[in-house]
Amino acid sequence: MALIRKGKSFKWHRKHLLGLRELSAEEITYILDTAKGFEQISTRSVKKAPPLRGKVVVNLFFEDSTRTRTSFALAANRLSADVIEFTKKASAVSKGETLLDTARNLEAMGIDIVVIRHSAGGAPKLLSRNINACVINAGDGFCEHPTQGLLDVYTIRKIKGTLEGLKIAIVGDIAHSRVARSDMWAMTKLGAEVIFVGPPTLMPGRVSELPVSVSYSLDEVIEKVDVINMLRIQFERLGGNPFPSIREYSHYFGLTVDRMKKAKPDIMVMHPGPINRGLEMESEVADGRNSVILEQVTNGLAVRMAVLFLVNQAAAQGV
Amino acid sequence: MNSELLIKNGRVIDPANGIDKECDVLIADDKIASVGKVEKPARIVIDAAGKLVTPGLIDIHVHFREPGDEEEETIASGSAAAVAAGFTSVVCMPNTNPPIENETDVEYIHRKARKARRTHVYTMGAMTKNLDGVELAEMGFMAEAGAVGFTDDGRGVQDPAVMLRALKYAAMFDVVIAQHCQDNAFAGNGVMNSGYYSTILGLPGIDPLAEEAMLWRDIQLVKKIHPGRIRYHAQHISTAGSVELIRAAKKEALPITCEVTPHHLLLTEECCAEYDTNYKVNPPLRSDKDVEALKAAIAEGLIDALVTDHAPHLQSEKELEFLAAPFGIASLECALALFVKALIEPGILDWPALIRLMTEMPANIIGVDKGTLGVGKQADITIIDPKAEYEIDVNKFRSKSRNCPYHGWKVTGKVEKTIVGGEIRFEA
Repeated sequence: MALIRKGKSFKWHRKHLLGLRELSAEEITYILDTAKGFEQISTRSVKKAPPLRGKVVVNLFFEDSTRTRTSFALAANRLSADVIEFTKKASAVSKGETLLDTARNLEAMGIDIVVIRHSAGGAPKLLSRNINACVINAGDGFCEHPTQGLLDVYTIRKIKGTLEGLKIAIVGDIAHSRVARSDMWAMTKLGAEVIFVGPPTLMPGRVSELPVSVSYSLDEVIEKVDVINMLRIQFERLGGNPFPSIREYSHYFGLTVDRMKKAKPDIMVMHPGPINRGLEMESEVADGRNSVILEQVTNGLAVRMAVLFLVNQAAAQGV
Repeated sequence: MNSELLIKNGRVIDPANGIDKECDVLIADDKIASVGKVEKPARIVIDAAGKLVTPGLIDIHVHFREPGDEEEETIASGSAAAVAAGFTSVVCMPNTNPPIENETDVEYIHRKARKARRTHVYTMGAMTKNLDGVELAEMGFMAEAGAVGFTDDGRGVQDPAVMLRALKYAAMFDVVIAQHCQDNAFAGNGVMNSGYYSTILGLPGIDPLAEEAMLWRDIQLVKKIHPGRIRYHAQHISTAGSVELIRAAKKEALPITCEVTPHHLLLTEECCAEYDTNYKVNPPLRSDKDVEALKAAIAEGLIDALVTDHAPHLQSEKELEFLAAPFGIASLECALALFVKALIEPGILDWPALIRLMTEMPANIIGVDKGTLGVGKQADITIIDPKAEYEIDVNKFRSKSRNCPYHGWKVTGKVEKTIVGGEIRFEA
């Protein structure tokens, strides 16, 4: 496998993937290049490679997930690791077994990689400080979702060739979105211009200090962007009443067939899933020719294989 | 006299009496007998040359967790920590489990303190029953039992009508009403300051307005019943906006005082960037701008007391996700050195001004006859080596808890001896 880029002496050294904020453009590119090498495994008749043989990966999910958990499990399987599923509802208060105790117990069984999703921002970091296994963040609160960010830039790079100079709109509930944050870090580091679009009540605090511009008008933004990433309205995270009604939200921020008429013909339409059809996006758009939503899912597998491979390699080298 | 103690040649700093000079302090029994040149021999002589001799330090905001959470701290362990840190008097907050809300509870604290025999331990009582902010607690009975003020610390009294009632009712007993200013509607489920860092860390923020809105409201309530026998004290203020409100209130000569903690002078929200829960505290660590405003307020004389808000927690509780871990920093044992670092080293205060904020002024807020070296006063004295450098080591704390973000800090200013009621209770 052509995993090492020729002519570059870059060496991956992280045994954890906690977020994209702390990664350099070079590191992100390295993951994407590594993922490219893994993409073809899924097209073989025998969909398996041996790099993680004998390793144990735990999917430690404290929040609901279908896509990400399955994708990580499949990625680990394809690299010949053994996968354990561990699902538990996180408690917001200090009751019952603590996160660290759970992780330490799992570690005592001899696991190598923990893939964690948790409702508390920073939970993966807490874990990485306290256990020896590799930690991969599969989404923490509204902090980061690094593999989603990676698969998003991977998908864009694959179709557009580069992110350099692209204009990308991220639309919806930015305040509560870990995808928006990971996307922002990855996309801007790779040279794209990111515009957050949504009502002011769904913008994060101090958004002016982030490396993005902000618009409250999807109609103005849609004409100029090369990529549009429609976030899911996360009813479970919305506090209070950030917009008056779903009807009004869809009117201003829904990606409709009508709105798409104003877009560039080759605009890429993305969504991290699961889609609320008819709310943030009309079905015709979700399933339309500009949509890359299912390609994102496919690419997620290669990206997660790359991440599992790299952290394991770094751990093996005793970093 | 059978028990005389003479402290010789120290730099005696007694702000209440305007004293800052090299001289001696003679203690007879448990009282200050004289301050000046003392030639007569004494049973015990302490050479304090090169040291500061000050009134015993007073911390009017500590959590000793007893009753209810004795695994975190007890009155014995907390007061042992206090005396080693130069404090001869502390004021416990009533948010124990159950809360301090009747005279029996107050007497319980006093009894435990007598048994520990380390420092004077006072307590505030709950302002409202069960700290629920709904019905007034029995302030009268508690005041008679010796409670030195009332607060629902840990939370603010949300209902303005209840707060107004508490302020009015307290006037019967000439006690201070202290408030943890935090409007819960503004604060929401926040766990750190609302700002750039809360955004990138994906943590819910507590807006500075949560503090300022309640402080503003309380000032209006005080105005409404002023003049009257009323004393309002804003606990641990943390924002530039609160400083503005305090400045305006003091300009109007309202009976309002306030306090500041070391962490709001030394640490900022940026400290939370690694999700280290030892930096999770309420009110939260704020921005550089707020820290500068608090320091400027101290220089300007707007702040009436320096306190620790010593809030011990178990390591196992602090080892949780940032969202789930409890609020609080345990800093009692290194408090003096922290204030030296925050205020003396940058030249904001000199020693007499610092000592005043840790003795006379807090004593006045709670209305106790302490914080001075006046002749005839109870002999609570702290002897400080202002030049001694040391490294903060949480493992050496007498406190039961280790949730202290200053571990490993190199600091200056060490307590040499602590004398409580004429008795040497701590020697370094």
